[in-house]
Amino acid sequence: MLRFILRRLLQMVLAFFGTTLIVYALMFAGQGDPIQALAGERPVTAAQRAYLTEKYHLDATGVGGFFYRYVNYLGGLLRGDLGQSLTGRQIGDILAAAWPVTVKLALIAMAVTVLFGVTAGVIAAIRRSGVFDHATLVLTLLVLGIPTIVLAPLAQYFLGVRWPIFPPTAGAQPSFRALLLPGIVLGSLSLATALRLTRTSVTENLRADYVRTARSKGLMRRRIVGVHVLRNSLIPVVTFLGVELGNLMSGAIITEGVFNIPGVGFNLFRGIRTEDGPLVVGIVSVLVVVYLLANLVVDVLYAVLDPRIRYE
Amino acid sequence: MPTPASPTPPGGHLLEVRDLHVEFRTREGVARVINGVTYHLDRGETLAVLGESGSGKSVTAQAIMGILDTPPAYVRGGQIRYRGRDLLTRSEEERRQVRGTEIAMIFQDALSALNPVFPVGWQIGESLRQRAGMSRADARRRTVELMDLVRIPAAAKRLGDHPHQFSGGMRQRVMIAMALALDPKVLIADEPTTALDVTVQAQIMDLLADLRRDLGMALVLITHDLGVVAGVADRIAVMYAGRIVEHADVHALYRAPAHPYTKGLLESIPRLDRRGGALSTIRGLPPNLMDIPAGCPFHPRCPYARQVCLDEVPHDLVLAGGRTSACHFAQEVHDDRAG
Repeated sequence: MLRFILRRLLQMVLAFFGTTLIVYALMFAGQGDPIQALAGERPVTAAQRAYLTEKYHLDATGVGGFFYRYVNYLGGLLRGDLGQSLTGRQIGDILAAAWPVTVKLALIAMAVTVLFGVTAGVIAAIRRSGVFDHATLVLTLLVLGIPTIVLAPLAQYFLGVRWPIFPPTAGAQPSFRALLLPGIVLGSLSLATALRLTRTSVTENLRADYVRTARSKGLMRRRIVGVHVLRNSLIPVVTFLGVELGNLMSGAIITEGVFNIPGVGFNLFRGIRTEDGPLVVGIVSVLVVVYLLANLVVDVLYAVLDPRIRYE
Repeated sequence: MPTPASPTPPGGHLLEVRDLHVEFRTREGVARVINGVTYHLDRGETLAVLGESGSGKSVTAQAIMGILDTPPAYVRGGQIRYRGRDLLTRSEEERRQVRGTEIAMIFQDALSALNPVFPVGWQIGESLRQRAGMSRADARRRTVELMDLVRIPAAAKRLGDHPHQFSGGMRQRVMIAMALALDPKVLIADEPTTALDVTVQAQIMDLLADLRRDLGMALVLITHDLGVVAGVADRIAVMYAGRIVEHADVHALYRAPAHPYTKGLLESIPRLDRRGGALSTIRGLPPNLMDIPAGCPFHPRCPYARQVCLDEVPHDLVLAGGRTSACHFAQEVHDDRAG
């Protein structure tokens, strides 16, 4: 197991270099004159141009220059320095402010998913073909069918404006209450998927041979379902939730945008819109690490949950 | 519904199945899986229930345990009497109490019958903790004893291992230890050796025979393997299309089968003393249980079949020695030993 984790960490290093290189290249390849882009519409004096060329190592041109800048950037990254955005703020500071918000939002979404998705999935499986099962099927299909870009404004309008149960937007330093509605919207998609997955998994396990054995031992149905079946059924569900948590942690561009939540996705979107190369590359680099780590945790968790899985 | 004759008078048996009917309701139609099974079991004896796949052996056992999946399975009639009381009229809660403590069961494929994610010690101990109310420490101690009893080497060290870490034979021993946890009076073994190597099969059969003797249990041994039965069973009930077609003492049955189906089964066993010849088989296939042939269900495959077999369902004929055969020509088959 330890060897597996070590090998995966080594693979992560490779993946990290690969993805940052690609993102770095894509972000700066399309740019015409980065200094003019930095200044916007205002004119740039020769002295300013010389200073900025020096600062961003723009004097080295071509492929060599690109790699020079990339290696320079990586060097900073490894020292924990994400560099400055074009607006002059430290990217590290931007992320330090944005991440807690995104994490809060992700945890709310995850809580909604587990609380309602998994529970409803188990109930639907136990009462298969019942009213509850059919109702959840229709509802989940509906949720899965509506894209977030439609669902989020609808929720905002009806639950924030028309019947102001929740604050319609979050703003800087959002409270838990302000994040609740966006969290539910964000979680609804994973909720629907988790519900379907749980239902299928529990249904399958209810038919398993070991359930018959458990019944022949004279165990109570509550225990058979609650211990034997659930423990087996949750293996794929937990795996899904782990990957999903990694997704949520890396920010939700649409949801954070619609509800004006200053999280990671919100900042990433702003970076893309304003062609702020350093900001985009900085955020994406960190997201790559978060994502890779989340996947590693899921793989390890999978082996813990299912003793038959052995990593060599 | 006629009640078939029983080779021993009713009453006083430990376990008695009387005229049991079970059907499976599926989308395609109703399959009549059990059509009047009657057999009984006395204290300390071994009854072998023999038949090919789909003959209803396992379904009868699951009906006794009360673990049939409903739907699709429905008990349509009959009685299952344990110590004189009909289990079928009791509540689910009462039946649950019987499972494990009075009647226990082991299954064919121990790998899928054991829960893959829990250690075997935990699974054996679960009955002790949940049903017998033992403390963790007591349950653990007793679990090791049970694992020793079924001859699992280094039992104490293997408590924490999961089912997939055991060999097939050891897994079946775990299954047996689990079934014995609550000292059942009846053990139903549903093809306990089918999934195992031949040498391991013999070990498991020996173990079951020893345990039955030492613990004074009664054993219902379900199998399709005549070879397995010979050494262990006292009596044999042969099933075909959801009925007991022949019921006899082991030696009597081997010496002279009184039902053409049993006869066919015995003749299809490879024998060392008849080398060189082609192995005989029973022609045709078992009947479709949604459309069981009229008359004797075996008649399309039977070399003895005559007009009466197509028209009338044979009742159990009682032959000498109290054995029964559901064949119109039981005596003739019995006397015809040339085949």
